[in-house]
Amino acid sequence: MNAWDVIVILAGLGAGGLIVWYFWLSSSSGVRVSTVEGVQELTVVVKGGYSPDTIVVQHGRPVRLNFNRQESASCSEMVLFPDFDRSALLPEGAVVPIEFTPEAPGEYGFQCQMGMFKGRLIVE
Amino acid sequence: MDQTFEPRKIELPVTGIHCDACAAAIEESLLALSGVRRARVNPASERAFVEYDPAAASTSTLVEAIRAAGYDVGSAKAHLAIEDVHCASCVQKVEGVLRATPGVRGATFSLATEEVTVEYRPGQVDLAGLRHAVEQAGYRVRHEWDRAAAPSAGETAAGETAAGAEKEREYRRLRSKFVLAAIISVPVLVVSYPSFLPGLKGLSPETIRLLWALTALVVLPVLVYSGGHFFTGAWYAFRHRSADMNTLIALGISAAWLYSAVAVAFPAVFPEGTAEPFFDVVAVVVALVVLGQVLELRAKGRASEAIKKLMGLQAKTARVVRDGIELDLPVEEVLVDDIIVVRPGEKVPVDGLVVEGHSSVDESMITGEPIPVEKSDGDEVIGATINKTGSFRFRATKVGKDTALAQIVRMVQEAQGSKAPIQRLVDVVAGYFVPTVMLVAIASFVVWFVAGPQPSLTYALVTAVTVLIIACPCALGLATPMSLMVGVGKAAEKGILIRNGEALQQAQALNTVVLDKTGTITLGKPTLTDVVTSDGFAETDVVRLAASVERSSEHPLAQAIVDGAHDRGYDLIDPEGFEAIPGRGVTARVDGSRLDLGNLAYMRELQVEVGALEDRSVSLADQGKTPMFVAVDRRAAGIVAVADVVKDDSRRAIRHLQEMGLDVIMITGDNRRTAEAIAREVGISRVLAEVLPKDKAHQVHLLQAEGKKVAMVGDGINDAPALAQADVGLAIGTGTDVAIEASDITLITGSLRGVAVAVEVSRATMRNIKQNLIGAFVYNTAGIPVAAGVLYPLFGSLLSPLIAGAAMALSSVTVVTNANRLRLFEPKGLAPAGPAAPAGTTSREVSA
Repeated sequence: MNAWDVIVILAGLGAGGLIVWYFWLSSSSGVRVSTVEGVQELTVVVKGGYSPDTIVVQHGRPVRLNFNRQESASCSEMVLFPDFDRSALLPEGAVVPIEFTPEAPGEYGFQCQMGMFKGRLIVE
Repeated sequence: MDQTFEPRKIELPVTGIHCDACAAAIEESLLALSGVRRARVNPASERAFVEYDPAAASTSTLVEAIRAAGYDVGSAKAHLAIEDVHCASCVQKVEGVLRATPGVRGATFSLATEEVTVEYRPGQVDLAGLRHAVEQAGYRVRHEWDRAAAPSAGETAAGETAAGAEKEREYRRLRSKFVLAAIISVPVLVVSYPSFLPGLKGLSPETIRLLWALTALVVLPVLVYSGGHFFTGAWYAFRHRSADMNTLIALGISAAWLYSAVAVAFPAVFPEGTAEPFFDVVAVVVALVVLGQVLELRAKGRASEAIKKLMGLQAKTARVVRDGIELDLPVEEVLVDDIIVVRPGEKVPVDGLVVEGHSSVDESMITGEPIPVEKSDGDEVIGATINKTGSFRFRATKVGKDTALAQIVRMVQEAQGSKAPIQRLVDVVAGYFVPTVMLVAIASFVVWFVAGPQPSLTYALVTAVTVLIIACPCALGLATPMSLMVGVGKAAEKGILIRNGEALQQAQALNTVVLDKTGTITLGKPTLTDVVTSDGFAETDVVRLAASVERSSEHPLAQAIVDGAHDRGYDLIDPEGFEAIPGRGVTARVDGSRLDLGNLAYMRELQVEVGALEDRSVSLADQGKTPMFVAVDRRAAGIVAVADVVKDDSRRAIRHLQEMGLDVIMITGDNRRTAEAIAREVGISRVLAEVLPKDKAHQVHLLQAEGKKVAMVGDGINDAPALAQADVGLAIGTGTDVAIEASDITLITGSLRGVAVAVEVSRATMRNIKQNLIGAFVYNTAGIPVAAGVLYPLFGSLLSPLIAGAAMALSSVTVVTNANRLRLFEPKGLAPAGPAAPAGTTSREVSA
């Protein structure tokens, strides 16, 4: 084993560690939704993921999330809220509202149909 | 009230209605206004329908009246897509002109979507008015839709058209990306293998190196244009701490290009024999993967054909009669209670009830039932069905988003977007998949570099790039949703609405079907089934006389006899002195004779000699029928028997279910004798009779306790608890009411064949999903190790990254194509029927 081998092994371990940390171990903090006229409304931009991808809402009040898809990758053309039986097709460029009322506090997921893009809905 | 004014009808959204009482309070408040002729408030849809005289009342007085009752009028939102608005000042101009329009509360323009969202007071201004205002300002409105009041089917159709146009653009974009990559791939491939080509064989290493440097530049447009979306996609995903297919392809092709570029520019840096470029990998992999995306897009378009077909059914215009004038109106403007004229060959625009005329209507597009249905006064017509022979007028009962078609479209879309439980496994895998592949690529690089044969750097790079390229998260992710989309669409085509993926997955596992008797196996209404005559009486007379007497009765059994006479084409006579004797029968004078109709006890009271008819009546009762004796001037004339008859195709449908390996059980509140008679007729051996409605759910639970997967088929109202208890609840639809809350599956046609078809479609779809999932899992779990070179010790060769690219492109196309195969699936339960007996009516003449 020469010096290059050692360097490659260490670089490989380092890169692997970074991948594990970046994609799995860290998570982003949430965006709290403000209430306007009794509805908790927020725009979610869909472009390589959901921005914001962690949304904090109050339970018992209607939530309206306006999805705005700004990409054409077919992976993201549908957004699902499996816990609320809601889903919508997101044509590129259009704003598509999804409305529901979370009754119980907890953490719920939303995602694209293939599960590549994920977001969290934290109900307080 | 003065009838001379020209009434105006409007529909106002009212907020805060929670009960019927509130609705009544608002109606009262509205009706108290002078000029208001009619006011009706629907608490479910939160809308007030008002007909008023515009000279005496105005929208603002109506709004005030609603406020006085303690409620508020909501505003409606409309979206208008506007062409050629590019600058901030144009935005202000459009918003300004809309805000200046009376009735508009607010207008917001979004440059990103080129859409203006308008909040307005319905009644004061309408969509046409908004459009007019925008056009006055010098802009063109591409299309508009009204979110509050607009028809869902129309709205989604508009959205779908926009999405369709977008898909078409995306398709062309990808196709030209592919063409560029393919064209550039050819010379790049040639230059990459100079030793195989006679013309290039003799070139000096220096010339070849120069050619390679040129190739590096030629490949750049492929990276930037054809493969650009891999990089942007990867970057956006990276910012969200996620990684997808784009990440893998972007990493793979950029690693290949960078390595190659450095190798060409600084060959001395590399160990002997490793300074060879892989520009061919860059060009060919991009070309293949983009080609895969092009094919996938096309195939996906076909997969959503079912929903497009449904949306295309919506009629565009309606011929509405207002103030005696026939107006051709856009279907969006039809209001509840409008009278609509439908001529032969035209589409029924919305749901309603026939008020005049008769015709036969082809409902196959909604119910899947191929035979046209006769419609006359009082019959329900469904929007989007096609009027065949006659003309008729009907009163609209459901418009916009409440029509059966709109509900069907919504349900199908929701179901297509839902998840089958089987998807959960995929979700877990998907979250770890791409980063894991990156880890495998790194591991492969390190192992080949440290322990592999020479030139180890080349091997390390090739295996790492091949791993990145061969992995296909798309195949895995597409497996379930694509099949679900096609399967749910297929079911909808056959008149079966599956609520979600879970219902579909459950339906596939069923082994027991519980059928409610009344209305499910049988028609649910009594029909004249048998006529027995005594000597000297003709069947015609017995039926005609019995029906003539019963004409005055309101009993459901009486109605069955009258209908039976009508069906046979007999003219009825007006009875005189009609009298009903509770618990016995009825009596009247017809054509000068005294006529009695009733049970045996009644005949005994009248001292009518029934003779051999008594035995016949017992045997009819044994068959679950209700016999009634007919006496003319106290002489026994015969028997008419009435029963709830079995639907035409129940027997066949039940046999089909049994052939599919399902246990069929009948459940009913009827007495055991009647129940068993029906069960024998349709071939059911297990009967749960004399079950109270509230105990049906319990019976289903007991069956489940036996370890069975139970489907309950019922009417969705009385059977709601049992439907909810069952593993799968199937509701028999009634006309336009398709969104039955308690059910997992709704059969739009009343036929039991739908149950078999639902199970068949579910089984086929789940089989398809499993094929896809297994295929995708096997492909990835076998492909990735092979790409990493685990087979090298055996065969001494590695998988080329070019082949990996082709395999990757092929795998996701295969998944989508396999899902599309489901479109060709034809359920056996719908095989054409043999010559069916007309309406189960039999009549016999027996000499008494």
